[in-house]
Amino acid sequence: MRNHLPWFAAAFLLVLVLVAAAAPLLAPLRPGDRDLTALLEPPGRGHPLGTDGEGRDLAAQLVHGARTALVVGISTVLLSLAVGVPLGLLSGWLGGPVDLALMGLTEVFFAFPGILLAMLLIFLAESPSTLHVVAALSATGWAGYARLVRGSVLSERARPYVTAARALGVGPLRLLAVHLLPNVAGPLIVQATFGMAAAILAEASLSFLGLGPQDVPSWGAILDQGAALFVASPHVATAAGLAILGTVLSINVLGDALRDRLDPTSEQGGRNA
Amino acid sequence: MPILSTQLLRLLRTAGVLAGVLVTVFVVARAVPGDPAVNLLGDRATEAELAALRSRLGLDLPLADQLGAYAGSVLDGSLGHSFRDGATVSSHIGAVLPFTVELALAGIVVACLLAFPLGVAAALRRDTLVDGAALLLAMAGVAVPGFWLGPLLIHLVCVRLGWLPDPGAGVLGLRSLVLPALVLGAALAGKLTRMIRASLLDALHAEHVVAARARGLPERRVFLAHVLRNALVPVVTVLGLQLAALLTGAIVAEKVFARPGLGTLLLDAIQARDYPVVQGCVLIIALIYVLVNWAVDGAYRALDPRAAGIPERP
Repeated sequence: MRNHLPWFAAAFLLVLVLVAAAAPLLAPLRPGDRDLTALLEPPGRGHPLGTDGEGRDLAAQLVHGARTALVVGISTVLLSLAVGVPLGLLSGWLGGPVDLALMGLTEVFFAFPGILLAMLLIFLAESPSTLHVVAALSATGWAGYARLVRGSVLSERARPYVTAARALGVGPLRLLAVHLLPNVAGPLIVQATFGMAAAILAEASLSFLGLGPQDVPSWGAILDQGAALFVASPHVATAAGLAILGTVLSINVLGDALRDRLDPTSEQGGRNA
Repeated sequence: MPILSTQLLRLLRTAGVLAGVLVTVFVVARAVPGDPAVNLLGDRATEAELAALRSRLGLDLPLADQLGAYAGSVLDGSLGHSFRDGATVSSHIGAVLPFTVELALAGIVVACLLAFPLGVAAALRRDTLVDGAALLLAMAGVAVPGFWLGPLLIHLVCVRLGWLPDPGAGVLGLRSLVLPALVLGAALAGKLTRMIRASLLDALHAEHVVAARARGLPERRVFLAHVLRNALVPVVTVLGLQLAALLTGAIVAEKVFARPGLGTLLLDAIQARDYPVVQGCVLIIALIYVLVNWAVDGAYRALDPRAAGIPERP
């Protein structure tokens, strides 16, 4: 049973990616289209998942929301990695005052729970866009990767292959990028997978709180509307809730499978996870 | 002596982190493009009225002076004054903080009540259907958005079944705490279950446990005295680290269940561009978080005497 789970998860995500990529073809109605003669219609012909309180087709909203979720999830992880990995490499390699300053900085960012700093940053934007949300989530996201990479560099830098490369005259930049980075990549990939799930959930939470991207449909925003209407029109929230649940669950299942393969020494990994 | 200096070092670090948090929050709040004076008085206010308000709120001072004034208000405990009603931010926070603390504690209790039986059952019946079901349930707990589970539960438990009062009725008390605590506890329970299971499995196969069995101790005693105690150490650490998620979850749960609390206060203040209240809420949440992690580190050292001499984790 458990061995098949990652395959189900991968299949779900593959479908999600295809749906998101083909959103304009699948949902020819533009997501902003409003049919004021069909408010809060239950699922039926014409609107397979029904309509919301503004007469928008929920299936179209959902399909385009998948795009938002994936774009925010992937971009947030990439931006966080782009900032966190070089800083972690530098911190672990140089040590001394640079290390002290950078790790002090990560500690300050760790003191902001979850999406709190993101809420504060998005509060800056009059009308937050997808870019704002990605930037705000990456503002805290980088710190975890920086710490992870720094820790790996500290444990790797004394290994014989590093000494050998240095003795051969390999420069520090090349040493970090070509020799050290591939050896710390396993835990990093695992962490990035969980980071993507967290970013998707965070985007949905922000949208639910009214602080998500205003320029595109979002699962969280559908739920914000659906939560208030739950008693009279439960169909509004149902599909979006299941979409978030399925996506985050699938990514986490994949992350677990990856951890067993790539990072067997981690705390929760290995034979007992 | 080394233990004392380690404690001192931890205290200094904590103070440093809090100072960093204060400056970050201040800078971020000042970078807002909107003008709070315009927000408070509306578009029709004259330039003279706006200038008067700005000077009353101290917004016309140089940034360094504003930061100094803010640091002063943090040190004297008032955290500044709300732009909206002039009351101190600390009085606003003090009025709602008990509701958030109550919710967070109830969330932890629910999480433990769910996670311990599940985690223990999964570890003892490893690789069986029980184990698989517990793990899947745990994963679902992490992945289910609270703002979906919440309305679903309200619909089922309050509206359909009528077992609990509808949160819209504005009743507070233990009965109104059940569902928010369940929603908040579900995510934490997921992570905790996995941690308890992994940690128990490690402890079950440890050498001292094999030795205890070999000495003929009853299985019950082996489990309680030798396995559980050692398995608890990493679990306590995870509980502390999860506090961040708990506080974020509380913000969502408060909105879903229309409960007063830090989250509701923060969201209202964001909407009204009430800087001092936004700053105060973020600062208090970060403060709680840093202090709890500090305490968790202490608890970790108390549970595991081996850690007492170990310097700070890097």
